[in-house]
Amino acid sequence: MQTPDMQGEIVTSTSTEGTPSTAATARVVYLDNYSTTRTDPRVVEAMLPYFSEEYGNAHSRSHPYGWGAENGVDTAREQVAALIGCKAGEIIFTSGGTESCNLAVKGVAAMYAEKGKHIVTSAIEHRAVMDPIRSLERNGYEASYIPVDQTGIVDHEAFVASLRDDTILVSMIFGNNEVGTIQDVAKMGAVCKERGIIFHVDACTGLDTETLDVDAAGIDILSISGHKIYGPKGVGALYVRRRRPRVRLTPLLDGGGQERGMRHGTLNVPGIVGLGKAAELCVEQRDAERARLTALRDKMFAAFEALEEVYLNGHPTQRLPGALNVSFNFVEGESLMMGMKGICVSSGSACTSATLEPSHVMRALGVGEDLVHTSIRFSLGRFTTEDDVDEAIARCSDSALKLRDMSPLWEMFKEGIDLNAIEWKHD
Amino acid sequence: MAYTDKVIDHFENPRNMGSLDKNSDDVGTGIVGAPECGDVMKLQIQVEGEKIVDAKFKTFGCGSAIASSSLATEWLKGMTLTEANDLKNTAIVEELSLPPVKIHCSVLAEEAIKSAIEDFQSKKKQD
Repeated sequence: MQTPDMQGEIVTSTSTEGTPSTAATARVVYLDNYSTTRTDPRVVEAMLPYFSEEYGNAHSRSHPYGWGAENGVDTAREQVAALIGCKAGEIIFTSGGTESCNLAVKGVAAMYAEKGKHIVTSAIEHRAVMDPIRSLERNGYEASYIPVDQTGIVDHEAFVASLRDDTILVSMIFGNNEVGTIQDVAKMGAVCKERGIIFHVDACTGLDTETLDVDAAGIDILSISGHKIYGPKGVGALYVRRRRPRVRLTPLLDGGGQERGMRHGTLNVPGIVGLGKAAELCVEQRDAERARLTALRDKMFAAFEALEEVYLNGHPTQRLPGALNVSFNFVEGESLMMGMKGICVSSGSACTSATLEPSHVMRALGVGEDLVHTSIRFSLGRFTTEDDVDEAIARCSDSALKLRDMSPLWEMFKEGIDLNAIEWKHD
Repeated sequence: MAYTDKVIDHFENPRNMGSLDKNSDDVGTGIVGAPECGDVMKLQIQVEGEKIVDAKFKTFGCGSAIASSSLATEWLKGMTLTEANDLKNTAIVEELSLPPVKIHCSVLAEEAIKSAIEDFQSKKKQD
């Protein structure tokens, strides 16, 4: 099936070229776009000349190879700026979302330490923000983690109440990568402006479908990741406000003076050109994609809801259109993934993580530990077709029913036994 | 995470999945694990004299947990209670080639066997 108005003649989404195939019978369906996206073929095409033709260093000012690379970077800067409504000169290129978030948090902390050492953030940040803040806490800074309600929305009153005279930074995730809940960052931005506090937004997930304007939302710093918006991996961007106020960051690395002295190192020209193209495509397609993905996602949830004891994690409506995090009560998430062979998704189940620790995001939403183990994250994207969704609905429902047959908890539930009243033998 | 063929086989074709009458005097039931830990195993044995004549399981857990309990029921059938009590989790680990992070699944299966035997024996004592 084709996805109209998007790929032109370049791509049909069911194309399995380059897609790893498992069993010959089961088609592989990729629904893990919040882990990473396929690089759009138009992005790859834009990047190619910058490997072996325009291979110059963008900082070589004395010859045509340098100028060619610089032109590519300049265009990309304009394209990324257009995505979030800033000036090209306010975009800094990095190695990805993690670096952007680290530079924002640690860069502000170091630069403004004399003004204060207090940072405000949410309880549902990506680890690229949470861990740098934790690291700062070990080095004399203080942090407040604002709780969220059960849909994942930050408690606004608690947020306002947490701000202090020595608060130098508010760092907030825009669209949550696990459950998709979208924060009202403009409302927080207005408060930060009034209090003169620097406001960083981690917008790594969601800019492919959402419109976010840094001026309208009062944002001072904003993190962007290439591979979450159909660009290449290993490249990201950071918006750093230049006027009212002029924000300065202490660099993470020292070196050759690139990127206004905030991010030293030779520019990854092909990656940057790719990120620029990816940003341009997001601007072109975001409104149509938002509508298309919302419909597909809602169709999926409606089908799952028809099974008993299925719960949505995240906000029912104020949510990224590709995000569908669902708990299938009494069915353990890893076994469910194993059962729906060929459907590529993620699970909140501890069993799938390296640490065996359930997600801090699900915990912050107050999702019970039992339901966390039964959660699956489907994340739809630009190359997801209706056929993909139908296939996922069929295979997931089938697997969930089979595993419930096998589940002692389902059996007890059906016998009317209150599972919470049982004294479980913990291992 | 890549699974071994044996784990996949037990997951896709579980042996002895189901339930025995837990109220029967000949049946011992063991339920171990906890929903908030992501693993619950129910293992049942039917005993005639000293011999296990039937075994069934139901498991809420990952593929390795399901495979461990499925394999356990396969082994239990025909064993004496003493032999069953001596079954070690390490035998399951070896047979299924479980990776270190999944060893607790085999431990759970061993606990479920012991718990089922205990339940059966406590019923016998009451007679």
